Amino acid sequence: MAQIFTYILHKDGAIDDTALELAAAAKKIDAAASPTAIVVGSGDGLDAVCNTVAASYGEVWKVAGDAITYPDAEMIRKLLVNILPADSIVLLAHEHFGMDLAPGLSVKLDAALATDVVDIEGVDGAVLKLVRQEFGGAVSTHVTCDAGQGAVLTLRPGVFAADESQSAGGQVVDKSSEAGDLSALRKFLEIVEAEAGDVDITKSEVLVSCGRGIEDEENIEIAFDLAKAMGADVSCSRPIVDAKWLPKARQVGTSGQTVKPKVYMACGISGSFQHMGGIKGNPFIVAINKNPKAPIFQVADVGIVADILEFLPELTEKIEEL
Amino acid sequence: MEILVCVKRVPDTSENEIELNSAGNDIERDDLVYSVNEWDNYAVEEALQIVDKVGGSVTVVSVGDEEAEEVLRREMAMGADKGLLLSDDAFEEADGRGIATVLKAAVEKGNYDLILTGAQADDGAGQVGGMLAAMLDVPFASLVNTITVDGDKLKVGREIEGGNQEMHEISLPCVLSIQTGINEPRYVGIRGIRKVASVEIPTMGAGDLGLDVPAAKVNRLDYFLPDLGEGAEMLEGSTEEIIDKLVELLKAKGGLK
Repeated sequence: MAQIFTYILHKDGAIDDTALELAAAAKKIDAAASPTAIVVGSGDGLDAVCNTVAASYGEVWKVAGDAITYPDAEMIRKLLVNILPADSIVLLAHEHFGMDLAPGLSVKLDAALATDVVDIEGVDGAVLKLVRQEFGGAVSTHVTCDAGQGAVLTLRPGVFAADESQSAGGQVVDKSSEAGDLSALRKFLEIVEAEAGDVDITKSEVLVSCGRGIEDEENIEIAFDLAKAMGADVSCSRPIVDAKWLPKARQVGTSGQTVKPKVYMACGISGSFQHMGGIKGNPFIVAINKNPKAPIFQVADVGIVADILEFLPELTEKIEEL
Repeated sequence: MEILVCVKRVPDTSENEIELNSAGNDIERDDLVYSVNEWDNYAVEEALQIVDKVGGSVTVVSVGDEEAEEVLRREMAMGADKGLLLSDDAFEEADGRGIATVLKAAVEKGNYDLILTGAQADDGAGQVGGMLAAMLDVPFASLVNTITVDGDKLKVGREIEGGNQEMHEISLPCVLSIQTGINEPRYVGIRGIRKVASVEIPTMGAGDLGLDVPAAKVNRLDYFLPDLGEGAEMLEGSTEEIIDKLVELLKAKGGLK
């Protein structure tokens, strides 16, 4: 079996949750595998990150350099091509950095690519059997991935149970001298922080969240009416922000806000993983959607098949009468 | 600026419920309504806005069968100057790498400063743009939600977590994958479609492009419905009964103040 590497995301000295999920995924490819974690960065905190990771990996490759203080995927791609042995299997988290890095990396390594993998079912020779989803999670597919000349896989965050055993007792190997030429035609400038909105939905205890099912800008009012009656705030899913019907600050999801309410009313929201990824703290989720097959019904506590444009005003009226 | 936008014809999920066929080996394709991939539509709009500001032309390209032509025509009705269809039986079994290889060959037949793709399409893979850039040895940025032209460079913003934006300067030529919400795609009316109805759209096959499509390393075996556990308790009955049950639950869970 090919050697398995994982790329560790870390920020401000803390490792990302996906670091241990990738370790668990490596074991699903090969139970006997001793995957190697790659930790890239700079500064005093990097050694501490490496030591934390070493508790869960047999070996940690540390690559330190001032040029890679900010992990720019175009530079990290060159770095990985320089340090990885032929035919490696590389595991990345399927988030904005992994999505930026993985396709080009697979080409430069001449390796197979499978993105947003949600399960690894087994290996037959060098062929991995993977599970992916299509159409926003409406259907799943089994996919074979020929890793004979290596593979790059991005794994959906939160679906592989993290390996918390911390029993690896690994060693840290400094590979900084092998990083090579990292010059790139793309230069990182800065992070522009999101604008604060008129309401901070990350602090809301009850959210009435609306999605595509609201159909029209003028119908947004229906959600505000219900929220007012419930003493809740209004949030939304991505299509509502794309249509400019509500500001970005009200968007729940991995590219928006992470919310921790007690109760979450998902109204006309299909329930993509990017949306659900922004809901933490295990709230009581009520899903109202006219499509009985909407993926949201798989993850909600209570489901109602109804057109929100008719159902929400009736619910509002009832609550106002209480 | 000469801009190429790669577009894909996909089942329109706002018009169809995606379901399995009876054999379980594909989605039910009877009566499916197809349209242009939503992300690609934003990419075409962005290309048109760039050309409005700095001049140049927009070409839309698609790898697909002859039905993909309707999608190219729709994007030309939006304002794209030219269409190009890449169609060949040899492309049908291609994986993402194969599609990127076909597009690379077409890019090399032209002279483009900027290539745009949607951030992802119906299969959610989000792979072709980054592969194409690496094959062309030009820089790439994914999930782009702002573009500003600055001479022979672009300033681009990438959508990252928490609504934040990662800003980069990127040299031309380059490939960018475009995120939804970057702009508001213009409406295409029936008159716009009619205007381009008879415009010739050239088609190129593997022979015209002089390429062998690499054998797919990644293959889809089947489709199935995800089993994500118990799922929600479904409230049923008349609307009044459902609302009564829901109100009781909301009271119990702290959902009413």
